Amino acid sequence: MFPTAPSSPRLEPSKRSEAGAPGRNLCCGLFLFLPLLCLLATACHPEPPPDLTIINGLEPESLDPAIITGQAEMRIVQGLFEGLTRLDPKTADPIPGLAEHWEISPDQCTYTFHLRTNLLWSTGEPITAADVLYSWIRVLDPATASDYAGQLFHLKNGEAFYAGKIKNPDLLGIHAPDPFTVRVELEEPTAFFLDLCAFSTLSVVPRQTIDRHGDAWLKTRPLPSSGPYELTAWRINDKIRLKKNPRYWDAAQTRSAIIDFLPVGSPNAALNLYERGQADIVWDKELVPTELLDVLLKRPDFHPFNYLGTYFFRFNVTRPPYTDPRVRQALALAIDKQRLVQRITRNGEPIASHFVPDGTARYTPPAGLGHDPARARKLLAEAGFPGGKGFPRGEYMFNAAAGGSAKMHEKIAVELQQMWRDELGIEIELRQLEWKVYLSAQSQLDYDLTRSSWVGDYNDPNTFLEMFTSDNGNNRTGWKNARYDGLIRSANRQTDPAAREKKFQEAELLLVRDELPIVPLFFNVGLNYYDPEKIQGIWPNMIDQHPLQFIRRKPEAGTRRQH
Amino acid sequence: MYFLRRIAFTLPLLLIISALAFAMVHAAPGGPFDRERVPASPEIERNLKAKYHLDEPLWRQYLRYLGDLAHGDFGPSLKYRNHTVNDVIAQALPVSLLLGSLALGFALGIGLPAGYLGAARQGQWQDFTSGFFSLLAVCVPGFVIAPLLVTLFALKWRLLPVALWESPFHAILPTVALGLFYAGKVARLLREGMLNTMQSEFITAARAKGLGENAILLKHAFRLAILPVVSYSGPMLADLLTGSFVIENFFQIPGLGVYFINSSINLDYPMTVGLALLYAGLLIALNLAVDFAYQLLDPRVKYE
Repeated sequence: MFPTAPSSPRLEPSKRSEAGAPGRNLCCGLFLFLPLLCLLATACHPEPPPDLTIINGLEPESLDPAIITGQAEMRIVQGLFEGLTRLDPKTADPIPGLAEHWEISPDQCTYTFHLRTNLLWSTGEPITAADVLYSWIRVLDPATASDYAGQLFHLKNGEAFYAGKIKNPDLLGIHAPDPFTVRVELEEPTAFFLDLCAFSTLSVVPRQTIDRHGDAWLKTRPLPSSGPYELTAWRINDKIRLKKNPRYWDAAQTRSAIIDFLPVGSPNAALNLYERGQADIVWDKELVPTELLDVLLKRPDFHPFNYLGTYFFRFNVTRPPYTDPRVRQALALAIDKQRLVQRITRNGEPIASHFVPDGTARYTPPAGLGHDPARARKLLAEAGFPGGKGFPRGEYMFNAAAGGSAKMHEKIAVELQQMWRDELGIEIELRQLEWKVYLSAQSQLDYDLTRSSWVGDYNDPNTFLEMFTSDNGNNRTGWKNARYDGLIRSANRQTDPAAREKKFQEAELLLVRDELPIVPLFFNVGLNYYDPEKIQGIWPNMIDQHPLQFIRRKPEAGTRRQH
Repeated sequence: MYFLRRIAFTLPLLLIISALAFAMVHAAPGGPFDRERVPASPEIERNLKAKYHLDEPLWRQYLRYLGDLAHGDFGPSLKYRNHTVNDVIAQALPVSLLLGSLALGFALGIGLPAGYLGAARQGQWQDFTSGFFSLLAVCVPGFVIAPLLVTLFALKWRLLPVALWESPFHAILPTVALGLFYAGKVARLLREGMLNTMQSEFITAARAKGLGENAILLKHAFRLAILPVVSYSGPMLADLLTGSFVIENFFQIPGLGVYFINSSINLDYPMTVGLALLYAGLLIALNLAVDFAYQLLDPRVKYE
């Protein structure tokens, strides 16, 4: 493969190459010059500057409402496609969206939505009840392979249709008696159903475009949208540009005409862009450089806020000694959660004794176990491990993470390890895994203890408590409790909010005081940054959703600095 | 003839690489659809797998993949479900090619004169200066250089943009950050090559003929001393053109480099295999080009 040089070099000023030299130089010159030309060419197509630039986290996995599952995706998609309801920008409560008003039957199982009569796609065609039907059935169609199809299992026959047990969509609990009415029948009263109607999965998508272009439908331009914005550009890992949709029913209230989203993966790049005025808003805590956290938190443009997120760890209750609730309680009681939030997370996180965050709608969570090392030792002794003697070596599994929280999981693991060693005399080893490997180990119950977190999908205790029912795929602890299942089921059948809350509280006490398949550590605190003097229309709320059409840069804030 | 044979070997080589890459990514623990929040029903994951044919036996999936590949289709991305691997490559490769070429230009533009100067003024201050800086360039990694450059030129003096890929100005800092290492490497290779060549008999002969020192250096020594640089150019170019994770991530450049890392973490099978093939193909092509260039540059080289 490699040239073999002859044993003795010869002196041979070759004529050929000397004659060829200028040509080669020209070639080289062109080769080096060409990139510059390209660069200049790209620079010669200036786009109009955006009115607002938002750094949104990583490149969205998709912009298809039926496919997306992440918050970064939903924040863009809710600008493009609207559902029957939308979110109030201040409280994030559901308010009328495509539906102007609705009636709920006394048994809370039938909703009749009345669509606005002036609804148009951004391309000019009318939006009707048939489009709502199509969009929802599409989510439940197995061929769509929607991750969040479960959001529509509340519909009558929704789950059966998804599983293919029912083929006829007419049997689904959704009908359109006329072009402006959507009648929805639910399996049981679902207190958070109006919240779900504002959820991206249930938003209304353009049938003709999807039928014609299949999986590539989002690449068509103009792309019909039902929300306040149209998608005008989507360059992977580069930029997403939304332009105001003038045919949106509430277009008069749309505050910014052009919004750019920059996908940024590096906290340093995000902060640098923001500091140089190239981005107005950064709303992903992963994009705050942790080493600067203490300094940044003192600034007026860094805004911590509470939201529906809990940091906790799971026990694998199928593996001894964690089969014994006393062991689980002992490990929980030995933890000084205050130390975790003061030493490691440092963002003012409230410590958690219960699983459902404070501030969840329709719910006051009950107190679970606190910090009580003496009782922890006593329980561990009762379980047969006095002073930690004979306790088998366990393993605490956590994931390797990029971004701002890269080191946080590890630091927390080390701190927990130390507390258990000091208070209980037991040895827990640490095991760090790649993200996907960690997830698969978790779902296969291939662990002793594992770091976890959960962010609520909608503002209701059910999004937290439902996951620990016996057959829920997100349980991942091996914990099955018939009483718990019964309480959750019965809570969701209540039409009286107080009775529903009581059932949920009973269930949660099982989870965080008596049985403890999980140990809540603290509630996540979000952090976004923007200059409140310049940016209007962002209000903190529990699901950390901020409808795009209400956000704007104050005109007196001046034009953006270039570079 | 030799080159035709080399080219003919490329195809089976790529086939082997594709098979290896395919087997390796599928052997990795976990799956592309493992998520923090499990879908509400196991049916959902089953449907997802069926949609992307992940429920078929591996050999069948591989044959399917090869069939698509024969049509120039690298398959869908399992992570970015609205895009195909072709989409991603079509958007990201030109960016990486551009940045890579600029960095190459920078590396050669700085490295060659510096190495030449070091050899021509061996033992003098020019040699020490060039040696010091080229050593520094080789030793300090990109993730140190990049923040340093940004802190000084973008944040402190506000001369250049901090990140993004929009105007020619945006290309300057990433080009330097990416090219500096290679510039140092080129300078060191050239200096060493020159000094080695200077001890050859034909240089002594040239000196004996009374040729001026500059003519000897430029016309005779340089032509031979450049060879190590040329053979290094192949892999260097392949590295530069396919993008750098560190630099692209730091400057938020929509190139290919980030996908090399992220696709394997995300277990995005078609993306990982497609990129491995792309990189392998580029490496093979560039090595071929390097060997060809050798023949042109060094008259002693003959391929059998």
